[in-house]
Amino acid sequence: MVVILKNDVSRRRVLRGTLGGAAVTVGLPFLNCFLNTNGDALAAGGALPVCFGNYSRGLGFPPGFWEPKVAGANYDMTPHMDALSPHKKKINILSGMKAFLDGKPLGPHGSGPQVIHGGAPVGGLVGGLATFDNAIADVISRNTRFRSLEASCDGSKFSISRRSASVVNPSETSPAELYTRIFGPEFVDPNAADFVPDRATLIRSSALSAVSDQRKSFVAGLGAEDRARADEYFTSLRELENQLQISLQKPAPLEACSVPKAGDPAVKGSLLIPDAQATNAIFAKLIAHALACGQTSVFNLSFDGSLSNLRKAGDSMTYHQYTHEEAVDPVLGYQKTVMSFAQVSIKAFSDFLTVMDSIKEGDKTLLDRSAVFCSTDHGYARMHGLENIQLMIAGSAGGRLKTGVHVKANGDSVTRAGLTLQQVMGVPISTWGAGTNQTSKTISEIVA
Amino acid sequence: MEKMLRVSGGERRPNRFRRIALASVAAVAVAATAFVNLGNAEDAANIETAIYRITPEQYQNIITDVFGNTVKSGGRFEPGARIEGLIAAGASVVSVSGSGLQGADATARDVAAQVVSPQRRELLFPCAPANTKAPDDACSNQFFATVGKLLIRRPLAAEELKAYVDMANKSATSSKDFYAGIATGLASMLISPEFLFWREIAIPTKTGYQFDAYSKAAKLSFFLWNSGPDEQLLLAAKKGELNTPKGLQKQVDRLLSSPRLEAGVRAFFEDYLHYDGFQTLSKDAMIYPNFTSNAAEDAKEQTLRTVVDHLLVRNGDYRDLFTTRHTFLTPTLGTVYGVPVLHQGPNGAPEEWVPFEFAPNDAHAGILTQASFLSLNSHPGRSSPTIRGKAVREVFLCQKVPDPPGNVEFTIVQDTSNPTYRTARARLSAHATEPMCSGCHKITDPIGLALENFDTDSSFRETEKGAPLDTKGTIDGIAFSDAPSLGKALHDHPALAKCFATRVYQYGLGRQVPRSESEWIATLTADFAKNGYRMRDLLRTISISDKFYEVRVPGQKASLEKGE
Repeated sequence: MVVILKNDVSRRRVLRGTLGGAAVTVGLPFLNCFLNTNGDALAAGGALPVCFGNYSRGLGFPPGFWEPKVAGANYDMTPHMDALSPHKKKINILSGMKAFLDGKPLGPHGSGPQVIHGGAPVGGLVGGLATFDNAIADVISRNTRFRSLEASCDGSKFSISRRSASVVNPSETSPAELYTRIFGPEFVDPNAADFVPDRATLIRSSALSAVSDQRKSFVAGLGAEDRARADEYFTSLRELENQLQISLQKPAPLEACSVPKAGDPAVKGSLLIPDAQATNAIFAKLIAHALACGQTSVFNLSFDGSLSNLRKAGDSMTYHQYTHEEAVDPVLGYQKTVMSFAQVSIKAFSDFLTVMDSIKEGDKTLLDRSAVFCSTDHGYARMHGLENIQLMIAGSAGGRLKTGVHVKANGDSVTRAGLTLQQVMGVPISTWGAGTNQTSKTISEIVA
Repeated sequence: MEKMLRVSGGERRPNRFRRIALASVAAVAVAATAFVNLGNAEDAANIETAIYRITPEQYQNIITDVFGNTVKSGGRFEPGARIEGLIAAGASVVSVSGSGLQGADATARDVAAQVVSPQRRELLFPCAPANTKAPDDACSNQFFATVGKLLIRRPLAAEELKAYVDMANKSATSSKDFYAGIATGLASMLISPEFLFWREIAIPTKTGYQFDAYSKAAKLSFFLWNSGPDEQLLLAAKKGELNTPKGLQKQVDRLLSSPRLEAGVRAFFEDYLHYDGFQTLSKDAMIYPNFTSNAAEDAKEQTLRTVVDHLLVRNGDYRDLFTTRHTFLTPTLGTVYGVPVLHQGPNGAPEEWVPFEFAPNDAHAGILTQASFLSLNSHPGRSSPTIRGKAVREVFLCQKVPDPPGNVEFTIVQDTSNPTYRTARARLSAHATEPMCSGCHKITDPIGLALENFDTDSSFRETEKGAPLDTKGTIDGIAFSDAPSLGKALHDHPALAKCFATRVYQYGLGRQVPRSESEWIATLTADFAKNGYRMRDLLRTISISDKFYEVRVPGQKASLEKGE
């Protein structure tokens, strides 16, 4: 009989009852992870669940050199964006959108991401509101082993993902550590013939349940702010419990799942371009395989984050310095070195998409059942501009999005992208953002 | 005094277990019950004021204190939030993410496995089980009562203790291994909210509220030692001694005279000087081959050694940190500074760190001219007068420099290849003609330009691109001509001592200092001056002050932190 788990308590009770030592193979209530996101079909037999990811790159793109001339389908990829041409049919380009500060001070390189991902600026570089990838994770990634995975290619722990004002979802910087986290001893291969629940995991799960029981005494008497912070901790604890419970179940087979090789442990992200590129390649593989193996449905990958200090060996200046200090070439009409840096990160995004698209799932690919949102921190970084910020969405989210479309907006808030992606992923909201950035206008041109 | 002192090299052996007799477990249980009665927040008369997430360094320090320094707590920790210049002040606003708790869980299991490992059991366990293949109530009780008190920073309540013993027993039954059971319970304790956060609990008095004694103990030990309370402090709390001025002073003096104060002072300065930036600091290896990652680590350590030597060993005037020529160098740093460093101690053994004094006419004087400050506040391939000037204003004078405005033209003359503007001063002077920029650059650049004799890797230079460097300027009306006289100007700056006193107090509070406490800050600063700007005295003044333990009623917090 299939029983949908109603709450944590019943599961916890079952787990507690099994620790007498003998009944470790007792069946647990059926997990939602075996259902697709609509809950109407087994994932293994029906449509595979959708995935969502953020891909962050720094310092915008020289204006006038990335926007297709033609709006709508079959747009023209500009020569400077040529690295993305192989994926053109699967990419939507959004131009002409801006972030409104609503009178708050500009946080250079901070305000843009705050509005794009959190819906409003907070009046400075540091901090932010909860980012919308978390709302999406609450819907599509609740019952995967990891609620989301975060990684950064430039050696920093930069992450655009915030679960709240007080909780950043920090990035992994080491490919070796991310590999161990995903595919280490605790990984359960969904395609393995045999499945034996791990006794130690069962014990840990029971122990975590006991820690959860401390909530009442711990939060009692706290003020509202501290109670909220305590509750964030207990939410994280429930995620951890959930993660363990999932690994106690035989997972549904996933045909496209395979375990990648561990790779060179010496590869570590840094601000040097070759290091960041090598790290991007490994993270792309790890994240794609994690998605294909059902370990998560949400990720946040930063190539060079915001305020990118990416650099070339032997050069005394960084990408960020060049955006402010390099003169615009009077013939070309753009900053030459800045353009070369921007193209490095565009190529890295293209490489990421290539990996996602290389994982075949029937007649589709992993990229087809995903939506990957590529964003940046400024429009014209040279001026710290927040107008015409380059945004792209790759993948059709399992057919929920049209692709290959250039949407040319006219100064609308960037929050339209966030609202659209949330709705497409099943978040039940009709408006999103605050102040001038509040919008109820989805990007209908790309919604299937 | 606690015999387990922090010394360089060698294992710190926890000897507290030998001192805790089995009989004391019963006493602890009684005390724990009393604590819960006092601290139970469901008692409407009591209020709880705040929770603070412990830092990775505090985590490791606690583990070292309880289990010895061979037990390591490596792993993935979440970054903190820097508020008003200090990550410590962000401890009251951050929580734990799912990813962060997964990391904490992995670390906790690793620590627990180390503690119960066969080679450590004899040393770390206060008892031995009757049967290693089965649960043992008595030994589990003793272990968790002893360890729990030190990890949770108060005696465990009876029901808390029972919960951990039950966990261990169930696990031991399932695994047929007593020690595996203990590991399960210990790992759970290490990811429990009571361990990952420390909290203040307030209890009613005749006139209002005061922190309970265990909250005071934790507040003191994190402030002065960057770790949890030791046995003696917990005992003083239990006896109520921390609620009397005499008892509090006695414990404060004990903590201040302990060698463990060094760890506390180091932790403060690592935070105050933004040393988290060293995690990602790098200089271009092709341009600056001497500034290796080892040199960066040594640079950080050089300043910390200078600070500890000056403020604790010599009991020096804080302001002299900006003028002192005494420091410590390694051979690696010698290549950065361009000075020979003797690599041999008096007995012929290699000595990595050597005391060093720069000559009176040398350009190096004070911590502003040390490689840590200079390299941390620069670009990877170039110095930055603006970043350095901003750091001096914000870190040492507590003056906020606004972020640059939007839509600014930066490139007027910033091209370093422009032969007209070869030095940073020339480029910045031209840039500052932009009205939107001039306001801020006027307050940052003169300070940073005084340090232009030091490249981004801190190596000394007389010229930039062949042009002589002009290092003259003023800071708030005080003139200087070069880096040493900038240090002197800072030494004499009226905001310097107040800023330091504020930051030290803020560090101890773990949150922003509300504006309503400006009078107290003035008093604290005056007291700091009266005591010759000695850090130990400043720490003492704060630690025994009523203000440090003042309870804020919930609901006031938001308005206070917004500056009222």
